[in-house]
Amino acid sequence: MKKLIGFAIAMIFATTIVAQTESKATFKLPAVDIQNVNGAPFNTKDIKNGGKPVIITFWATWCKPCIKEHDAINEVYNDWAKETGVKMYSISIDNARSSKQVLPLVNGKGWDFEVLLDPNGDFKRAMNVNVPPHTFIVNGNGEVVWQHVGYLDGDEAEYIKVVKKLLKGETIN
Amino acid sequence: MKKNKVIVFQCIIIPLLFLKTTILFSQDFLSSGKVTGNTQIDAQYYSEDSKLGITDSSLNYKKFGMNGFANLIYTNGNFSAGARIEGFLNPMLGFDSRFEGIGVPYWFAKYKAGDLEMTAGHFYEQFGSGLILRSWEEWTLGYDNNIYGFNAHFSPYKGVMLKGLTGVQRYFWEPYENSNRGIVRGVDGNFFLNEMFGAMNESKTRIELGGSFVSKYEKVPQITYTNEMDSLAINAGDTVLWKIKKTYQLNLPYNVGSWAARANVALGGFNLYFEYAEKGNDPNATNSYIFKKGKAMYSTLSYSQKGLGIFLASKWIDNMSYKSKLSESGNPPMLDINYLPAISKEHQYSLATLYPYATQPNGEFGFQGQIIYTIPKNSTLGGKYGTTVSFNYSMARSIEKDTIISAVTGTQAGSDGYETKFFSVGDLTFYQDFNILLEKKVSSAFKFKAAFYNQEYNKHVIEDEIFDDKDIVKANIGVLDMTWKFDARNSLRMELQGLWTEEDDGDWAALMLEYNVSPKWFFAVQDEYNYGNPTEDKQVHYYNLSFGYTQESNRISLRYGRQRDGLLCVGGVCRYVPASTGLTLTITSSF
Repeated sequence: MKKLIGFAIAMIFATTIVAQTESKATFKLPAVDIQNVNGAPFNTKDIKNGGKPVIITFWATWCKPCIKEHDAINEVYNDWAKETGVKMYSISIDNARSSKQVLPLVNGKGWDFEVLLDPNGDFKRAMNVNVPPHTFIVNGNGEVVWQHVGYLDGDEAEYIKVVKKLLKGETIN
Repeated sequence: MKKNKVIVFQCIIIPLLFLKTTILFSQDFLSSGKVTGNTQIDAQYYSEDSKLGITDSSLNYKKFGMNGFANLIYTNGNFSAGARIEGFLNPMLGFDSRFEGIGVPYWFAKYKAGDLEMTAGHFYEQFGSGLILRSWEEWTLGYDNNIYGFNAHFSPYKGVMLKGLTGVQRYFWEPYENSNRGIVRGVDGNFFLNEMFGAMNESKTRIELGGSFVSKYEKVPQITYTNEMDSLAINAGDTVLWKIKKTYQLNLPYNVGSWAARANVALGGFNLYFEYAEKGNDPNATNSYIFKKGKAMYSTLSYSQKGLGIFLASKWIDNMSYKSKLSESGNPPMLDINYLPAISKEHQYSLATLYPYATQPNGEFGFQGQIIYTIPKNSTLGGKYGTTVSFNYSMARSIEKDTIISAVTGTQAGSDGYETKFFSVGDLTFYQDFNILLEKKVSSAFKFKAAFYNQEYNKHVIEDEIFDDKDIVKANIGVLDMTWKFDARNSLRMELQGLWTEEDDGDWAALMLEYNVSPKWFFAVQDEYNYGNPTEDKQVHYYNLSFGYTQESNRISLRYGRQRDGLLCVGGVCRYVPASTGLTLTITSSF
């Protein structure tokens, strides 16, 4: 009888340990209801690029370094897309005060990447963003593998470096 | 013995097996899930500063302030749960002392089954543009009006989203009691016609309609007014003076309802948004206890094509302060059920944000127009890289009001307060801002931005709630922002700013130099000098030295100097900061 109890306890521990050994360094992109740049419903599970990497960056119309980052990326974006097939989704966290200004700003600036609206910060919270700009790189399986806060001139070179590493199948970090 | 075995089996083995399945289940559940989070710590050491009038006693002997939070979110398939731990020990300067403490003001559990998503606990929600309901948080502002209760999102059909919620709002650290705040309930429907109707799938015109209803229940307090009248009477030949005292009580509504309807139409380069809202009678501390209904209208129209963006917005607001406790008013704003957007542009440069605008909920008309044009690359004016020019004009004015005075209270309280016509525009300017911004990249190594602003700021209205034109600040502001890029990693940015005004604190000049080593380091020196202050003692240099280090999603920065309150953007990140002198350490991290 004691053996039976002992065996049962041992089994519990063994299976517990097996279950604990698995860990991941990345996380899956959360599915959150936000809006496209026209204000129509959009779910973030549709942030996709046919199995290729995606850059996601959080910004706002009032954020100086964000505008700088976007201008810098826009200059090289078409070259990046040709070379690596990468796609960028830029998430505006402007609230009702300025979210309707995003579309004319994006077009007026001639930015070529996809822009989405997150006017009440739902996606921002799900992605644990403190302050913009905050940039994420997502692999072909929809997992976030790299992130970076702030923008300093030249930071965009880091983003494309990570994308190229991903395409070569190298490990990030 | 046999009986004993059965007992052992029943009492030990069965529970163990049961326990095992529970552990297995929870282990499996936990191991396939993922925990993410973020944290931010702002710590300040305050120095005495005679120039700014900061002494140990003005600091209440709180030499050290710290605001911090840590957010944890656990996600496993369609299930997620999370919590935010907040601590204010002591609250930093500029934050209400009632925030002092540490605790968990926000936690939730959320599950999505098919087209239904349920949240229990605390949540943030917005109906339309938020005219009747918006709960949100902005850490750096110390703003959090989260709702604690239940929230459901249901999409019964493609293109249809229905939302329903009930709960109570956050008030510092105070737990809910029916005497300290009301209950908020609301429903919202959003209908994206192009997805709902097959025939419209391919249509170039995209139409979205929505509507919401929100109500607040509050166990209302008793508010009374007493009138005294003299009365002379003759009693047995003597004249007697009688005092007649009558006490009136405001008949305050337990339930205050509001509704809103909205439409968004997009066609080609055009996008039109319109929202109208009304609120039932809601006597409260903000509107001085008048029984008038509230009304609000907010609309935007934009046209854009590649290289050109045009934006127009207008709003009209009358008596739209809507809080879940009617006696709550003033600063910091708490228990707001709705959100009334300020219609002015949010600027990026520090002196341009010295005179910022805030919505006047008791009545205002606002208008904004903006044009953004990019002169194409390789043209005479556009140069090799193109040039972007933006014009922006915004204004906010009073609405027409014919005041009604109640015979009982002797004030507006208890009556409708005033009469107004929908969309009427009054004579009093609250705020006006005209600005132009030029952005040009000259070569691969040099780019600049130049901006000019002309602002009119009604200090009495915006800061003191005195509705006259006796204290209007008219300011001109110039900005030159230049960046030299030395190589792929090293760059230098210089910002020159000037603000000129005859009023308030007079003229300002600002200089900032920022050296960046991408992607990790920045160093900055900054000085804002109020050289034109009419009081010589207040001609203060607001100097700052700062540096920061970024390692992917970790960021540490250290700053020493004087900070006037406003929007701070250095080294790639923007946020609001309160006034202080001393050393500030900021750590942010996401994982």
